[in-house]
Formats: sequence, C-alpha cells, structure tokens
Amino acid sequence: MAKDNNYISTSSEWTFETIEKYNTEIARIAKEKFKLDTYPNQIEMIRSDQMMDAYASVGMPVFYNHWSYGKHFVNVEQNYSRGRMGLAYEIVINSDPCIAYLMEENTMTMQALVIAHACYGHNSFFKGNYLFRSWTDAEAIIDYLVFARNFISECEERHGAEEVEALLDSCHALMNYGVDRYHRPSPISAEAEKLQQEEREEYIQQHLNDLWRTLPTQEVKDEEIDKQKFPQESQENILYFFEKNSPSLKSWQREIVRIVRKIAQYFYPQRQTQVMNEGWATFWHYTLLNEMYDEGLVNDGFMMEFLTSHSNVVMQPEFDSPYYSGINPYALGFAMMRDIRRICENPDEEDKRWFPDIAGSDWLTTMDYVMRNFRDESYILQFMSPKIMRDFHFFALQDDDRQSAIDVTAIHNDEGYRLLRETLSQQYNLSSNEPDIQVESVNVRGDRSLTLYHHMHERKPLNNDCYEMLRHIHRLWGYDVHLHSVEPDGRRVRSYHLQGDEVEG
Amino acid sequence: MAYIVDRRLNSKNKSLVNRQRFLKRYHKQIREAVSDAVRNRNITDMEQGDSITIPKRDVSEPNFRNGQGGKREIVHPGNKEFVQGDRIQRPPSGSGGGSGSGEASDSGEGMDDFVFQISQSEFLDYLFEDLALPNMIKRQLNGSDAFESKRAGFSEVGNPNQVNIVRTMRSAQARRMALSGKSRRRKREVIALLQEMPEDDIERLELEEELVRLNRRLGAVPFLDEFDLKYNLQVKVPKPSPKAVMFCVMDVSGSMTADIKETAKRFFFLLYLFLQKNYEKIEVVFIRHHTQAQEVDEETFFYSRETGGTVVSSALKLMGEIIADRYSPNEWNIYCAQASDGDNWQEDNERCQKALVNAILPMVQYFTYIEIGGREPQGLWHLYESLVSDFADRFAIQRVRDNAEIYPVFRELFRKTMEVE
Repeated sequence: MAKDNNYISTSSEWTFETIEKYNTEIARIAKEKFKLDTYPNQIEMIRSDQMMDAYASVGMPVFYNHWSYGKHFVNVEQNYSRGRMGLAYEIVINSDPCIAYLMEENTMTMQALVIAHACYGHNSFFKGNYLFRSWTDAEAIIDYLVFARNFISECEERHGAEEVEALLDSCHALMNYGVDRYHRPSPISAEAEKLQQEEREEYIQQHLNDLWRTLPTQEVKDEEIDKQKFPQESQENILYFFEKNSPSLKSWQREIVRIVRKIAQYFYPQRQTQVMNEGWATFWHYTLLNEMYDEGLVNDGFMMEFLTSHSNVVMQPEFDSPYYSGINPYALGFAMMRDIRRICENPDEEDKRWFPDIAGSDWLTTMDYVMRNFRDESYILQFMSPKIMRDFHFFALQDDDRQSAIDVTAIHNDEGYRLLRETLSQQYNLSSNEPDIQVESVNVRGDRSLTLYHHMHERKPLNNDCYEMLRHIHRLWGYDVHLHSVEPDGRRVRSYHLQGDEVEG
Repeated sequence: MAYIVDRRLNSKNKSLVNRQRFLKRYHKQIREAVSDAVRNRNITDMEQGDSITIPKRDVSEPNFRNGQGGKREIVHPGNKEFVQGDRIQRPPSGSGGGSGSGEASDSGEGMDDFVFQISQSEFLDYLFEDLALPNMIKRQLNGSDAFESKRAGFSEVGNPNQVNIVRTMRSAQARRMALSGKSRRRKREVIALLQEMPEDDIERLELEEELVRLNRRLGAVPFLDEFDLKYNLQVKVPKPSPKAVMFCVMDVSGSMTADIKETAKRFFFLLYLFLQKNYEKIEVVFIRHHTQAQEVDEETFFYSRETGGTVVSSALKLMGEIIADRYSPNEWNIYCAQASDGDNWQEDNERCQKALVNAILPMVQYFTYIEIGGREPQGLWHLYESLVSDFADRFAIQRVRDNAEIYPVFRELFRKTMEVE
C-alpha cells in the first residue's frame, strides 16, 4: 500500500477534527456528486445516558413533562443496562438546522456512517419529501416545543400538575386521532402561536357560546337548527373537533389539546414514511461511504467495520426465525432503493415490462423524484419489483376468522406479484391499520351526548382498550359518549356507551 | 454549513422530572413491590437497589386498536415451501398465525411485566416511607474526628492563600494617609508659596530645599507594609456527628429453630438499614445468650449452633456492662432489638425487669422486642407487656409469626404517628 495515502483517519478513536474532516468530505460528495439538498447540519456529541434522555422525550431536545416519558425512560434504562438492547447510534430531528445526536461511544467508522446516514440521508429526506414539506415546519418546531413546554408548565403551576397530567393522558390516548389526513395544516410558528393564543381563546369561547346557546333568540331558526346535524360532516380529527367544540373544556385545556394535536401532526409523516425514510438514509450512507472508499479517503479496515454494521442493519430474519419481528424497514427500504438504481442503470427485460417509465432513466433524477413524491404505501405499490419479492421470498397470508385455516393467497411468482405488492402496500397504510373512528354527531339540543362511529374494516372489532378510551373521550367531551361499530352497509355491530360514570358495551 | 457541538458536558438527568412523575403515579404499586422484595429477598442483598415489577396492564397507555377477529392479510418474508392456495391450519391459541403485526401480545392476557430499576436509596425510601425513628437523635460533640471549617472574621497572621485583598488594601491606604498627612499638607503649602513668590526671592531656595525633603519623606512611606496584611480567618469547629450503636440480642437456646433465627435476622437487618438511613455511623453489637450471654461476631451470632436453657437477664446484664464500658449514652444513640421465642425461666423474669428498668431503658433511644413463633405469649412477653406503659416513648413489643410478617410488624413499630416532632 502506498505510504502517502489520503486516509482521513486510520484509528478507531474519533476526535472533533476527524469528525469535521469526514463531514466535509461527505458533504462534498453528497452535494457535488449526488446533488443531495439538505438543511444545514448541527451535529451534537452526547453520552449514552443523554441518548436515553433523548429517547424518553421522543428524540426532541425540549419537551413538556409527562409521566409516560418517565416510564419510557426507566424502561430504556433497564433494558440498556441489562444489555437487552443497544441504543441507536444516532437520533436525527426534522428541524432546520437539522439536529443529529451522535453517541460518544461510537468508533470513528460508526460516526462517519451515522453522519452520512442522518446528516445527509435523513436530512435530505426531511427537506425533500412532500409529506414533510406540507405537514411540518422544520424551522419552527423547536420554538414551538419551547412554547408548548412553557405553556404546559405554566398550566401546571396554575391548575395543578395532576389536572394537567390527566388531560394529557386523554390527549395522548387520542393522539393518533389528532391528525388531518387530508387537509394541509397551516405551518406552526411559536411566535404566531403565542400572539394568536389569546385571540383564539376568546374567539372559540364566543363561537362555542353560540353553538351551546341555551336561550334561542328566534323560535323559527331554532327548529331549523334542530334539523341540522352537527357536525355536518363526520370528523376524523377527533382532537381538533374537541378543541373547537367541546362544551366542557376551559380555554387553557383547549390550548393543551391543540399542542398535542400539533405535535401528533408533526410526527405523522414519520409514521407514514418509515420504510422510505430509513431506506433512503441507508442507501445514502452505503453509497456515500463507498464513494469515499473509491476516492481513497478511507482504508480497508474502515470498510470492513462499516460493512459489518451495515449488514446488521439491513438484515431481514425469515418469518420462522426466532428473531423475526415483522419486516425490517431498513432492509426493505434499502433493497428497494438499490433496486430502483439498478432498474435505472441496468434494466433487464422484466424491469422494462414492469417499469417502462424509469427503466434506463437517469438514476439520480429518478430517485430524487421517488424520494420527493411518495410515502410507504405508494412507494411499495409503485416501485416494488418482482426481483425484490423474489429476493425476500415474500408470501401473503389471509387470516379470516370465518375460515378454519389460513390461506396462502400469493407468493413470489408471476401470478402472485401484483396481489403480493398490493397486500404489502396496504400493510403500510396507516388508515387501514388503525381503526377508523370518527365523530358522527352531537345531540346539540338534548343531552349534549357525543356519538362516534367506528367504521369497521374487514370486520375487525376494537380491542379491549376501548372502554378505557371512552373514559378519556368523556373527560375531553364532558357529557355522555356513544361509540358504535358500524359495518360498511351501515349495520351497527356493537355499541359502547359511557353514561355518567358507567361504561357498557 | 455544519456545526459540531460537544454536548457531553451538559447536565445529565434531563429525564429526572419525568421519572419522578412516573414513580409518583405508580407509588402504590412500587411500594407493594418493595415490600414483596423484603419478604422474598436474601438479607445480604436487601440493601441493593431493586428491579421493580409492575403488571404491564397497569402502566399501559390505552389506544384504539384492532382486536382479534375479522379478516386480515399480511405479508411475510422467507417463504420456503408455500405455494399459492396452500391452507395452513390455525395454530391452536388464537393469535399465533397473524402475529407478524407485532400486536399479538396486545390482547393476550399473558403480558410481560413492566420491569425497571430503582436505586438503593430510592429502595430504602420506599421501604421506610412514613416511618420515623422515635426520640430525638443525640448529636454529640465527640472530640477529634469530625471538623468543619468556618469563617471567623480576619486575622493579622495566616497563609498567603488566605490574604483578604480588600481588607489589606484598605488598611494600607489608612496607614499611608496617617503617616503622610502632615507632609502632604506642608507640601501643598510650599507649592502654593512657591507659585506666588517672585523668581528672585531669597526664601525661595529654602522652600525648594524643603520641597525636596518633603518628597523624600513621602516617597519613604511604603505602599504596602507587612502589618497591612489581613487574612481570612478560618476556625475549625467540631462537627456533631450522629453516632448510633445497635444491640442485637437473640436467644439461641434449644427452643430457637433455624426458621425463627432467620426471622429474627430479617428484623435485625431491617432495623440496621433504617438506622443507616438516619445515622452516618453505626456500630452493631451482637449479644447471644442461652443461660449465659456472650458478645460474638455476626457469623457466630447467626450461624453457630448452641443449645441450653434460657436466662434472658444474662444478656441484659451484659448489655448494660457494654454500654457502661464503651457506649456512653451521652455520646451514642443506643438502639436495641431483642428477638426471642419468649421462653425464660420464671425466676429470671424479676432480674430481667430490674436490669431493664434500672440499667437499660433509661439509657436507650429505643428498645424493641419481638417474640417470634405462633404460640401463646410466653413469660417474657407478659413481663415486657407490663413495662410498656411506663416507657411508652422508647419501648415497643410485637409478636411475629413468620418472615412475611416481619415487614408489617417493623412498620408497626416505627410508624410515624408516634413521633412528636
């Protein structure tokens, strides 16, 4: 080997200088060679106990206090100290600048991998993907969290920590029902939030008074209102509905509902793009570090270590393995990203048949397009090639409680590809995995009771949590709550009621 | 373009508040787990922190989820022999087949417990919550070993590192003013005279000479002199160091079985931990007795086998001697825990009473007696019972049937309400 090599480092110990050098080189390759567009990076070195802290607060640098984060923390602490789990090498936050936490325990190679993965992979995904662009405001999130934390701790001082905790419990329970699936939310900004907060309080209270007016001004109009259903259309964003319409919440409580809802919305894109996001980041750390090797910036030892941890990350145990816990998003995402590049660069006959649009196109442009415009569900539906299904040996099962046995509906062969792909894509469709529960109506003129419909999907019932959930809904609504499980044909299969303090179902 | 920030020096325990809230919320469950642990644990690891186990259902956060039933489709990797149209018999217990979604345990009853660690001090806090040591702790000044430095004004002598700059400079300035005041005044006068005086005056020469003299004198006053130096004065104050001695008194006569000894040991150990929480320094004296009493080491105390009759007063007498000899009640907080099955010679009871009332009870902070075993109260119990009312502030007796009762009984003995604080 030539003595005058260009290796950035040869030791496994990292220093701030070497990290800086690696970052400079990775940034150069990412920007100039592969045209990745990223937010500026802020790389923070932390200890492992700080990583556990970060875990406990959903990875965010500031967060309001709640017992459930403490629960999460003691759980992580227990598992980590008993060697039952390792901590992530990094956490990256969708913010501008993009904050990435690196653990000090990592070796130099791992730090380089993590920088490539988080600071250029995830970062460019956050900046480019349409869901993140339209749902989150990277610039404002940290400020907003500061606002949220201050507001909530103020409420704790004024109204007591227990009352705030109970309210947060209820909001957290409904967090998944606090997102607009179809409307684009307005961007959140801490300053504007603060300014608007009081106005909003006033407006909502007035608005509410109108809705819940007990003294009708004109008898005639009153009858008209009687006939009108409220809400006119069913509402899928339950927290939003409560924030705006609950008759029992005080204005500070509405604000807390709003905070939880906003944060749920901020995380919603991450839940929808797990496979893509991890696949994209993994693809880029793989590509960037290989490029560094080709340029002679890193040595063989570096590559050996890198490839070992890389292959651990993208390992997919088979369904009958004791380590199997579902499809590994890193494995599937990475394999598909590489496959798209392959289809662009070296398409075979099958690819040309399946992907006439992208076969033979410029891979950088195509991948950029894919990254920007899809989420897991559509990404799989559009871009999973037969080759991937063969490589993973995918097969689809149908488990119908009316059948005595489980059916194998499709496997990785010509007849099965399309069905397999559709089934897998549905598996990543959040709205078909979570029960579809919407606010159906409110008895405005009567007992103010709230009626929710659970629109059943494939006859799947609700699990037992729903009794507890009714109590949480009741806490936010303040009056009786009815929940009906409804078949697509409108038949009520099961009903749950919470009247006073009694739950029946 | 990229900032690299070293956050490793940031404070730890960012999650402390959340952790506290979690502990507070599950206070009841944790207390139960702690008292279970006391019941089941070996004594030697009693004082470790502990894994606390809470049923997962108690700590779960509810969510709307799909329950079992209905139709679901799922894709798995790693097909080996399946072909389209194969039918697989459902695994017997409900959820198996479609468990890939990772939700399988959600509806099952056999959920894992939620396990987490608490530290030793937290463990002890839970263990001794709402308990207090009766009687004031004596904080005795005892000669040599603990001192505290305290500021005690200023001094003319001291170490250079203790120089008080402000004081020193202030005193230097005062000295300079005092020593040079007259000369400076005269100097001002001389200068004024010289200015008014015509150039050719004869007295001028004289005045100029005086000015030179005055300047020399002023220059001789030092800016800082040795006796200006002022030092911060630190004095050593003896620090009250609370000390406690704990007497473990146990009957090792033939009637004490290994089980009873084990129970007694648990009781002694709990008391030891409790004292440890309150005192910095604890000594333990083990006294065992049958017809004769002996001071022994821990190992012998718990594990050696002896048989014989029972003369309780021998132990009390020995204890009284040891107190007089080594543990002056002025200096030491004295606690005593006596465990016995209650057997004693009838004739000995009177001697016991005398020893207790005259020599022991006036000296001690607290004397606890537990009678172990499921039998009717024995002779010693009746004797002690009659003494309780006279020494209610420092004497307590309880009966214990087995290990499981130790902790509740311990709590009973040290319940906070009996404290006057």
